[in-house]
Amino acid sequence: MKKTKLERAELISGALLFILMPLAIYMAFIYAPTEKTMGDLQRILYFHVPCGIISFVAFFVVAGYSIAFLRTRNRWYDRIALCSAELGVLFGLGNLITGPIWAKPAWNTWWSWDPRLTSMLVLILFYIAYLMLRSFVEDDDKGSRFAAVYAIVGIVDIPIVYFSIWFWRTIHPTPVIFGGGEDSGLHPDMRLALNICFLTFFVLYLFLLFVRMRLEKSNEKLREIEKKIAFSQN
Amino acid sequence: MKYLQAVLAITYKDLISEFRSRESLSSMLMFSILVVIIFSFSFDPGSGYATEAAPGILWVSIAFAGIIGLNRSFVYEADKGCLHGLLLTPIDRSVIYFGKMLSNIIFLFIVEIFTLPVFLLFFNLEIQNAVLPLLSVLFTASLGFSAVGTLLSAMAVNTKTRDVMLPILLFPVFIPILLAAVNATRSIFLGDGWDGISTWLNIIISFDVIFLALCYILFEYVIDE
Repeated sequence: MKKTKLERAELISGALLFILMPLAIYMAFIYAPTEKTMGDLQRILYFHVPCGIISFVAFFVVAGYSIAFLRTRNRWYDRIALCSAELGVLFGLGNLITGPIWAKPAWNTWWSWDPRLTSMLVLILFYIAYLMLRSFVEDDDKGSRFAAVYAIVGIVDIPIVYFSIWFWRTIHPTPVIFGGGEDSGLHPDMRLALNICFLTFFVLYLFLLFVRMRLEKSNEKLREIEKKIAFSQN
Repeated sequence: MKYLQAVLAITYKDLISEFRSRESLSSMLMFSILVVIIFSFSFDPGSGYATEAAPGILWVSIAFAGIIGLNRSFVYEADKGCLHGLLLTPIDRSVIYFGKMLSNIIFLFIVEIFTLPVFLLFFNLEIQNAVLPLLSVLFTASLGFSAVGTLLSAMAVNTKTRDVMLPILLFPVFIPILLAAVNATRSIFLGDGWDGISTWLNIIISFDVIFLALCYILFEYVIDE
């Protein structure tokens, strides 16, 4: 029942992506006007920012489904959390890799310990720990429970990380040029291109999530079959 | 009242068994002092760097020693089936959490009290009129460390790679406290009194309150056998 639904969702989001992805690339590289001081370099924004936002969305999904899992003990919720955490790491790394590529020419440094950068880094470290925890617990049920607990600890911790770094950096100022946020005074065409990129990346996230969940379902079936074989051999 | 008694009973049990063997206390203490010494070698204690780096070194040594203590805390319980015994007693699950957490704080605080003089001596630092602020930073930060650490060590003990898993889980969560504690300690060493540390102390205390409440709720799900 759920499987057919999943396949349909995968097909729809895939078809949508087929239209949206070329459109997003067109918007980012051709439609959006070139930035005055940074030139074409600024175009990385259309991939950098959506990646970051989507990875945050993915982590909220993880935390939400973790709470739902602890309340209902529905394994399905736990699987969604797992798949979303993996995608969160993927998009987060996308954000973290495009960041320094832009920062080196723009800020003249690969990295600055700015609250946003640092929180993103901590967030990714946190969810890699989350995935490690899952794979290091032998008992599957225990692993799901522990991971859910850890995800909830994480979603509470990340805002505190942000604020503590924010305090730390305001006391010790750093040579960060852009204090006012990158979308202050964004040209309307740029705004449109960015919004389309947001949408595209969101659909990409959904598509990958559906594919990953289908894989997880097959995995589970495989494990059951393996168990049966092991049982019959004894 | 009964709740508090049960919590104290678990803490008392931990303290008794620890003071009989002194295994984890002595290894924590030795380890934290060794970390201080290793860092003194790598930073050249006579140079100006030392005062800049000293607060960080103090907190890294406390964090590492704390990890050792937390690792031992649930290993004993899990190895000999004591946890099942504890779970069978007619008490709330959170009692076990608070009892274990209290004993973890006490161990960590003892280690800090012994490490601190050694540390001050090696780095040639003075804190005559800032003993109270420093102790309050030490205590509140240890409270937060143990609050999260007790919850996570109950999970880590059930993984394949017990001893390695705890720092991997704990350090990302521990960052706000570490940051606040290091900065508060630095302003104490620079001679600021309560004013210099109030912001940082507020961050640590809010972390403590939030995570005590959160871990109190979540602990039940961790040891649910």
